[in-house]
Amino acid sequence: MELTPDDVKRVAELARIELTEDETRAFVKDLNDILRYVNRLQQVDTEGVEPAYHVVPLENVMRVDCVTPSLPVDEALDGTTGRSGDYFKVPRILDVD
Amino acid sequence: MDVIDRPLYELARLLESGEVSAEELAVEFLSRIDKVDGIVGAFVTVDREGTLSGARMADKARRAGEAPSHLAGIPIAVKDNMCTRGIETTCSSKMLRGFVPPYDAHVVERVKAAGMLVIGKTNLDEFAMGSSTENSALRVTRNPWNLQRVPGGSSGGSAAAVAASEAPAALGSDTGGSVRVPASYCGIVGMKPTYGLVSRYGVVAYASSLDQVGPLAANVRDCAIMLRVIAGHDPRDSMSIDAEIPDYEAQLGRDIAGKVIGLPKEYFAEGIEPGVRDAVLEAAKQLSKLGVEVEEVSLPTVEYALAAYYIIASSEASSNLARFDGVRYGHRAEGAVDSVSMFMKTRAEGFGPEVKRRIMMGTYSLSAGYYDAYYKKASQVRSTLKSDFDRVFERCDALLTPTAPTTAFPIGERIDDPMSMYMSDVCTVTANLAGIPGISLPCGWQDGLPIGMQLLGKRFSEATLLQLAYAYEQAAGYPSRKAPVTKDRGCCSCH
Amino acid sequence: MPLTDYEIVIGLEVHAELKTESKAFCGCSTKFGGRPNSHVCPVCLGLPGVLPVLNRKALEYAILAGLALNCRIAERSRFDRKQYFYPDLPKAYQISQLDFPICSNGSIDIPADEELGGGTRRVGITRVHLEEEAGKLVHSGSGILDSEYSLADYNRGGIPLIEIVSEPDIRSPLEARRYLEQLKLLLQYTGVSDCKMEEGSLRCDANISLRRKGESKLGVRCEIKNMNSFKAVEAALQQEAERQAELLDSGEPVISQTRAWDEATGTTVFMRTKETSSDYRYFPDPDLAPIVVTADMVEEIRRRLPEMPDEKRRRYVNEFQIPEYDASLICGSKPLADYFDSVVAVYEGSPKTVANWVMGELLRLVNQEKIEVESVRITPRQFAALLRLVDEGVISGSIAKTVFEEMFATGEDPDKIVARKGLKQISDAGELASIIDRVLAANSQAVESIKSGNQKAVGFLVGQVMKETHGKANPQIVNKLLKERLGL
Repeated sequence: MELTPDDVKRVAELARIELTEDETRAFVKDLNDILRYVNRLQQVDTEGVEPAYHVVPLENVMRVDCVTPSLPVDEALDGTTGRSGDYFKVPRILDVD
Repeated sequence: MDVIDRPLYELARLLESGEVSAEELAVEFLSRIDKVDGIVGAFVTVDREGTLSGARMADKARRAGEAPSHLAGIPIAVKDNMCTRGIETTCSSKMLRGFVPPYDAHVVERVKAAGMLVIGKTNLDEFAMGSSTENSALRVTRNPWNLQRVPGGSSGGSAAAVAASEAPAALGSDTGGSVRVPASYCGIVGMKPTYGLVSRYGVVAYASSLDQVGPLAANVRDCAIMLRVIAGHDPRDSMSIDAEIPDYEAQLGRDIAGKVIGLPKEYFAEGIEPGVRDAVLEAAKQLSKLGVEVEEVSLPTVEYALAAYYIIASSEASSNLARFDGVRYGHRAEGAVDSVSMFMKTRAEGFGPEVKRRIMMGTYSLSAGYYDAYYKKASQVRSTLKSDFDRVFERCDALLTPTAPTTAFPIGERIDDPMSMYMSDVCTVTANLAGIPGISLPCGWQDGLPIGMQLLGKRFSEATLLQLAYAYEQAAGYPSRKAPVTKDRGCCSCH
Repeated sequence: MPLTDYEIVIGLEVHAELKTESKAFCGCSTKFGGRPNSHVCPVCLGLPGVLPVLNRKALEYAILAGLALNCRIAERSRFDRKQYFYPDLPKAYQISQLDFPICSNGSIDIPADEELGGGTRRVGITRVHLEEEAGKLVHSGSGILDSEYSLADYNRGGIPLIEIVSEPDIRSPLEARRYLEQLKLLLQYTGVSDCKMEEGSLRCDANISLRRKGESKLGVRCEIKNMNSFKAVEAALQQEAERQAELLDSGEPVISQTRAWDEATGTTVFMRTKETSSDYRYFPDPDLAPIVVTADMVEEIRRRLPEMPDEKRRRYVNEFQIPEYDASLICGSKPLADYFDSVVAVYEGSPKTVANWVMGELLRLVNQEKIEVESVRITPRQFAALLRLVDEGVISGSIAKTVFEEMFATGEDPDKIVARKGLKQISDAGELASIIDRVLAANSQAVESIKSGNQKAVGFLVGQVMKETHGKANPQIVNKLLKERLGL
């Protein structure tokens, strides 16, 4: 199944990346090339195989409930170009969650 | 021999004996950077002041008998996807230009705790996505062996810096071969440790279940020394393993006779350049002369590893890189009237084409209706691959393969063809998927370009891999050769 | 067709913040409020390179909550990333649980709506899962939609949350409210959450659909958000049920959608259709190890489960002989039950006396002053000391009420109030004799009436003595002395 330009636009919307028409065209080609390659996975018989999301045999890795120092407010806000007082400022939100 | 051309273990001896001071060393390496980095392009940031003052402090501490380790005062290069407190950390991306982390990565803490100095931050493929370092948004890095060729990637800056004697050793990160491939292309030694041996804390995540930090060095001994500096448990990384870290260097000279090395046939199949294949097979002969038993083995799932890798790595990357939305740090697009368009413009402007491609691919493979066919399927294949490895490691102490199918390719050759670029990692992604260690070291030259061979071992077999690599290196007589870089150092046909 | 011809089907999703000291995946404080962005670190700000490490207490609290809600605790569970872009979500994903929640298959019992026949309604708990809070947004305008910009504060971001999803077993808006009250009570008893809706530490979304009575197929449901109190939940559901009934009556379909409760107008308003809802691209978080909970761990945590409301109520009735109604009322509020228990613990007299005072004077003043039981200034020790003064005859019962009011207002010790105001009971016969003399002299008519056989007037005279002594006279002794004087 081939990805269409609409599919690419939908994915870009999900990934929050604005694409130009040229980029959309290029991604249709690139992603289809990649998908054609990766579709070889379908040849592997994985019936009943537990997916490996981790390759480390670790479980229950936890910390104790103990407060550690936070960043100074100025350091926390140092990286943003949208500082307003002690806040991070963002333009209006149209998608109500 | 210039001091900058000496191995790191030698530098440690010279510092301890007082034959050279850390300050002199810092000055030498900084002037080497001044001299060649305009051409090589290994560094994106050089911390001149910090290195010099750190060196003076190391000298003072050593005179007082208070040096934190025998390595105190040795400068190393660090890939620019590892956070350095107070020093810009860009991931070679427009997205993070000007980002100054308020904290050090665990590996940087470890380097500093040993008294070593971070001389600078090295170039990489943007967010470590690539195999040539051409995806850097900041500069071009050239292969010190041939300036028209790529250094490999994504830790190309770190590899080039070591090959060009701009630093005695460097740290890189390896998600699908990003330490080993550049080490191979640049004729040096590079290791990807067992997943969990080195903390990922502070390393800007590309693909969380695959990322590991590893050392790049001019020889096996230096690689062993650097691995011990960075390995060890860190409670801030839930995947960090609490295990005793052996003295890898002290164990190097052990006899390797009787060890069993497998040659997995899938790694010598179509697509591997004959010159590369022959050099690796020659190395196998060399090893068997040292008493190693060499036998052919098979790992059937390897054929599918690259496909599984691209799905898993892209999926995790699409999630890990979602935080770059312009709100809290990094690039923020100007003039957006609402938050969604700010996110979309910020990410459109901040990311380069390869990063976008992988985010798109990953987003697609996690999206509703495709998860099972892609992410889940790839994770099942990963499971099968891991079983393949478990099986051969019941018999073999290590596997020997080429590190990459070819030697360093010309700059620009693959940049417009993603699939051909991805093929550079076909021999290395398996170690990341299976979580096992791998080391690349030089095993020959072809047209003046280094060929790298890879040794893979079972989990936590770093000491064995380093012993095998060391024995081979000693027998083969490498790495006495040095990259030419510029005309004044002899050959440079391409300059 | 009236609403009563439909069956209302409601399921609730409740988010409760867990009362840990530090956040779910980093060491920042969970304290409410504070200077914006002062409880943040590289981890909860989602800086590049950081990694989460699970707070053990958060996991234990989630399990404790699950046990209180009669859930099965999963032997294996894991964390997944729920991905969406929003300015309050630093990593653009929330660490949550999708396929393997920590608790599932629980239930709680509530009194069923009397209009639906009463009895007990068992509401199934589908799942309880652990996740992290988002930050808080402050909007520049009066609401989110007319704002020019918004301001993000990540102090709250990363606080551990449990999401409790009920089965669609609730049958009326009133039952929804009762479910929430009971849930809050159980969570407060376990001590895992403050459940303060006004501070946002408890939040509720509701799913509601209607079907003809007798119909087994579920109707099309709508989700209601933005309800800020239990009362609002009840009102919003009532309003929404009526809206859906009207649609169905007129033959129009109910369209699956998310609606927001508007407190000001008392109506629900359209937010978005379900078709445009997000694709969250969940996948297992590669940064976090799986959770394995053994039977031993569950038992160890179960032992930490405190006495729950039902048990406590039974104990009050059986051991303390407190009336069922009073026991229910006290147990129906965790702070009140705690207060009662701590007074009983330091008072050697009858718990029933304590219950009378708690039900009477304490609740009267708490309600009158509109304060929380937690902020009552009388310490349990002072409370017991006051009761002791009554028991020992130092003050009378009626004086004690005055003293109690004073204690309630000032937090002063009862003996100090008694001493300062000279409220000590007068039991000395000599002292009382002269007062009685005065009272008899001033009330000759009453005395005559008694002598002619009207014994009831004795009470009047006792009252007069009490009045004369500002309530300090010991009424039993006054009564005895009066009878002696009148030769009765």
